[in-house]
Amino acid sequence: MSTVEQNRLSVFKTYKLYVGGKFPRSESGRVYEVTDSKGKWLANAPLSSRKDARDAVVAARKAFGGWSGATAYNRGQILYRVAEMLEGRREQFVREVAEAEGLSKSKASAQVDAAIDRWVWYAGWTDKIAQVMGGANPVAGPFFNLSTPEPTGVVAVLAPQESSFLGLVSVIAPVIATGNTAVVIAGEKNPLPALSLGEVLATSDLPGGVVNILSGRTGEIAAPLAAHQDVNGIDLTGAGDELAKELEIAAADNLKRVLRPGSAEYTADPGTHRMTAFLETKTVWHPTGALGASGSSY
Amino acid sequence: MPIAPASALSEVTASDQALRRFLHGLPGVDPVGLEARAASLGTRSIKAEAKAYAIDLAISMIDLTTLEGADTPGKVRALAAKAVRPDPTDRTSPATAAVCVYPDMVETAKAALNGADVKVASVATAFPAGRASLEVKLADTRDAVAAGADEIDMVIDRGAFLAGRYLKVYEEILAVKEASGAARLKVIFETGELSTYDNIRRASWLGMLAGADFIKTSTGKVAVNATPANTLLMLEAVRDFRAQTGTQIGVKPAGGIRTSKDAIKFLVLVNETAGADWLDNHWFRFGASSLLNDLLMQRQKLATGRYSGPDYVTVD
Repeated sequence: MSTVEQNRLSVFKTYKLYVGGKFPRSESGRVYEVTDSKGKWLANAPLSSRKDARDAVVAARKAFGGWSGATAYNRGQILYRVAEMLEGRREQFVREVAEAEGLSKSKASAQVDAAIDRWVWYAGWTDKIAQVMGGANPVAGPFFNLSTPEPTGVVAVLAPQESSFLGLVSVIAPVIATGNTAVVIAGEKNPLPALSLGEVLATSDLPGGVVNILSGRTGEIAAPLAAHQDVNGIDLTGAGDELAKELEIAAADNLKRVLRPGSAEYTADPGTHRMTAFLETKTVWHPTGALGASGSSY
Repeated sequence: MPIAPASALSEVTASDQALRRFLHGLPGVDPVGLEARAASLGTRSIKAEAKAYAIDLAISMIDLTTLEGADTPGKVRALAAKAVRPDPTDRTSPATAAVCVYPDMVETAKAALNGADVKVASVATAFPAGRASLEVKLADTRDAVAAGADEIDMVIDRGAFLAGRYLKVYEEILAVKEASGAARLKVIFETGELSTYDNIRRASWLGMLAGADFIKTSTGKVAVNATPANTLLMLEAVRDFRAQTGTQIGVKPAGGIRTSKDAIKFLVLVNETAGADWLDNHWFRFGASSLLNDLLMQRQKLATGRYSGPDYVTVD
């Protein structure tokens, strides 16, 4: 028995992109070597090209109508389901995070637990953000005046370079919780947890295209996304200072919402700013009702 | 070397038997080879300047089409404006070849085009099914021509064709051709209903013998419309017909061509099969509507270097 086990060929995992609910290789056919923190080879990851970015935007745009139109309650349920699936593959993520970031098993475990909890936390926000960010505005006339937050559209997300899983979840979940769809560029050196997250998303009721995950050189993929006319917002968390500046200039052309790189501390309470960064406020006026002879009827 | 049109082939249309003998005597189509050839031509890489040329050529070949029960004069006017100036932000983009509408909208389209160099094509002969008497079909055609149509898109009687009554189909095309007068006649086979590649080859020759100016794949109203394979087959037919008779006939794939990539694949087919003589909107057309927006977005991408989006083209 033991000899059979020893002779068994190892089955390497082919990490692939996650675009439009499918797992394609890079259109360019390129891959790059991913190593652990000590330089030991872990796997080959796809080296995405600008055409992969373009395809991901098309997929995200296609998914936007359905996802933003789903009820907030339904979105919350789906996101919670993602957390359930993450829990089921906890061991895999612990191993991948430990290898990627050179952490001990217990520290990696703590990161994965925090990431799953973070996902649940954002799942809860889906049907509460409108009450917090919206409201009834007092106006000088017989009208109801209501402001509600609406998702911005397709958001490009540059995932943080250092925190391969907790940081990743902390930037994806707030974008999609409010109804946006996302094109995510995984951390350049440690993309494996992100690519595995795609496998989780594919099996958890999240419609294909809502989250699209690309791996490769952040600068190479981010440039066409920042200039893309059909991308409505960009989160620059994973860009260095110089790249962030360049991308912000490129993003100005179609007035993208830009979230500049901020604190890299992901264990703290995240607050709502990552959600509100990609929300727009819609205000509607509605007559309060017929005016009687004596004036307003309300 | 100009030969009198179809003179060598004049006797084949003398009787139903002669026509059948001729059409069934055409070489059979090798479907696997045909599809493989179409697929391999689809892998050509067309980049940079060649792509820019192909995109502009494709735009100039579009019959911008609206054939809906819900067509309104307003929609037709909007379509005509778009045909004349596809990209309002870029005056260098070429106009489309034509707008294609139902006969009752020809007048509206003609007025909206206001003398611009864009033709008005009208479907006729009880489009799309073609299930009506010859009188009704001819009246439909005359209506469209009288309203000012420059081109008539007719459908063949697929029922008669599939029943083997080729002469009936032939005579119907002849009659419609006569009723069209100076308007160019496009003959639609509805390849998706002809069921075999052999039938598409026979229909192509039948249409060309009857005097079609264009042979067109489909109405856009059935499940299978223009495919690279059936268009390749029709391109071979027009190439062979010109070699035999000296008469050049156009080809129009219609329906289901939505992306620039697809359109460029068709242009490669044209160049590699029929030849560069057909790379002109007098001899090759695309029946399409949403294709134009994708071509315009690609055009903007080539001009600016950044990917464009549907917010930057008109929605029709």
